[in-house]
Amino acid sequence: MLKMNNIKKVFRTEVVETHALRDFSLNVDEGEFVAVTGPSGSGKTTFLNIAGLLETFTGGEYFLDGVDVKGLNDNQRSKLRNEKIGFIFQSFNLIPDLNLFDNVDVPLRYRAMNAKERKERIENALETVGLANRMKHIPSQLSGGQQQRVAIARALAGSPRFLLADEPTGNLDSEMAESVMSLLEDINQKGTTIIMVTHDPKLALRTPRSIAVKDGLVSEVVRKEAVSEANENVAAFA
Amino acid sequence: MFGYYLRLAMLSIKRNPILSALMVAAIAVGIGASMTTITVNYAMGSNPIPHKSEQLFAVQLDTWDPNQPFREPDTPPDQVTYLDATALMKMAPAAKQTAMTKTFQVIEPQGEDVIPFDALGRAAFGDFFSMFDTPFLYGNGWDRDSDDSLAMVTVLSKETNEKVFGGENSVGKFIRIGGKDYRVVGVLDDWNPIPKFYDVTNGPFNDSEDFYIPFNLVASLELPRSGNTNCWKPSNEDGYQGFLNSECVWIQFWAELPTESEQEEYLNFLNSYATQQKELGRFPRPLNNRINNVMQWMDQQGVVQDGAKVVMWLSIMFLLVCLLNTIGLLLTKFTTKSGEIGLRRALGASKSTLFVQHLIEAGIIGLMGGLLGLFLAMGGLQGIAMLFGNDVKDLVSLDTTMVATAIGLAIVSALLAGLYPTWRACSIQPAVQLKTQ
Repeated sequence: MLKMNNIKKVFRTEVVETHALRDFSLNVDEGEFVAVTGPSGSGKTTFLNIAGLLETFTGGEYFLDGVDVKGLNDNQRSKLRNEKIGFIFQSFNLIPDLNLFDNVDVPLRYRAMNAKERKERIENALETVGLANRMKHIPSQLSGGQQQRVAIARALAGSPRFLLADEPTGNLDSEMAESVMSLLEDINQKGTTIIMVTHDPKLALRTPRSIAVKDGLVSEVVRKEAVSEANENVAAFA
Repeated sequence: MFGYYLRLAMLSIKRNPILSALMVAAIAVGIGASMTTITVNYAMGSNPIPHKSEQLFAVQLDTWDPNQPFREPDTPPDQVTYLDATALMKMAPAAKQTAMTKTFQVIEPQGEDVIPFDALGRAAFGDFFSMFDTPFLYGNGWDRDSDDSLAMVTVLSKETNEKVFGGENSVGKFIRIGGKDYRVVGVLDDWNPIPKFYDVTNGPFNDSEDFYIPFNLVASLELPRSGNTNCWKPSNEDGYQGFLNSECVWIQFWAELPTESEQEEYLNFLNSYATQQKELGRFPRPLNNRINNVMQWMDQQGVVQDGAKVVMWLSIMFLLVCLLNTIGLLLTKFTTKSGEIGLRRALGASKSTLFVQHLIEAGIIGLMGGLLGLFLAMGGLQGIAMLFGNDVKDLVSLDTTMVATAIGLAIVSALLAGLYPTWRACSIQPAVQLKTQ
């Protein structure tokens, strides 16, 4: 699904070179839910931007759903992004003067899709996140958790192969965060691959696999099965 | 997608109403100022008879003072003498040609309802009407026989016919002009070429005349003249006949010469005529006879005045300044939208898609500016009309072409102004914008 081999990303200014990613390698299979953790400046957001085709990389290779993205031009990258990737951001990034229907409509507008199909997809997506009765509301009339649900609906409407979530619960209180996390788990259960960047170790541990990024490298991979097994062993020993 | 982009543009304009209003105002002021002057220049320089302008030629004979040209640089007089006009009418090789002059008379309607009124007339040969394609409401012009036989016939303008005959078909009726009865042979429909190319000497933006009579009546009835007369030496004789035989120029002369060979033949004739006249002691200057088609003639006569051109270019410069302001305002506006642009990029919009979307927004602003600018231009033209009065009344109206030009200019200007801000807006790094939202 997503295959990165030795990805390098160097930010250059006239006086300094910053290596955001160094030989970053990762494989994510279809249907996985992967959490990416790491301290600020470790390179996790850079990884997410490269994974989402929002940034180019300096070296290495990246295959997205079998497509080598290195040689793609802007239009091809936009098309691939539009068709295969859904984004969820920490600050929701809804367009304030569009109602929910129109916000969810945004990615669909960039596909050659007729109005009827768009309407069906938008209604289904808002139904999935429990906001079908608020289509005509504008974002400021919703709570933070509801706004994040709209953002999820927007990401889902295009039926992407995988979701990239950048701190999706970062701006929410614990109750709303739990609700959003549950929603993401439901979505993953239905087959959508999810990569989620988070600072919250509890959330990371809820995913089947979490990877820690440090200094631009994958420093640790933790599998939920292993954690569960260890916990069981500790319990048995006690 | 165009409808979607239009909707987004309107939303964006509403989102920043003050900024949007400033941009619309900047474009409107620029368009208003430039369209005011462009309209005046357009009316001054437009081709008044496009389908025939290359076949109609104003005739110039250099009969002027041997010591100085009529006008620098070495330009022959723009009118001809009576002697030459009558000679050319008899001998010059053109299928159609006319000498003509302006006259001034009182028209005395027969009924008691309309009091006598002053009227400007044109004394011309019968070819005048077919040469200049005058539209007739009733009847026709007169023929060559009427010219030769000094027939007392007239063609009236539509306004005169309405004033005197209540707009009815007056062909065959008589009208008293300058104390003489003339039989009406035709009534013109609306006809007021701008510029009045056939007599720019007496005011290229004056109205066409109230009535038309045969040219030969000028001499036989000793009709008063109402136009420019230029003389370079005193007449040898006294009285009206003395004036007719003088070297004073006061008659406009036009010939219809459809082919190049006819034009060449005509010019050759003018030169041999002048050579002949030299032997008689006239035409003291070197040969300098000319024929100019309509547009050449208007150019030579400076119908579009240099001052008007300068003002037009100044106003276009002003439009450019307004556009520079618009560029600044658009940069500000699009910078405030960088978050949304970044988001749309992330959600699948390509740079080119967003470029089109924002150019459409700039175009809508241009359209609004153009519409407002049209009202300002109308105001500007009204101001010119108030300042200069009747002399310019035909120059200060916006026709369909000018309205379309104003709107087109505004949209194109806004699109041009929008290119750089749009390019910059679409070149932002979406990742940065998304993180900083």
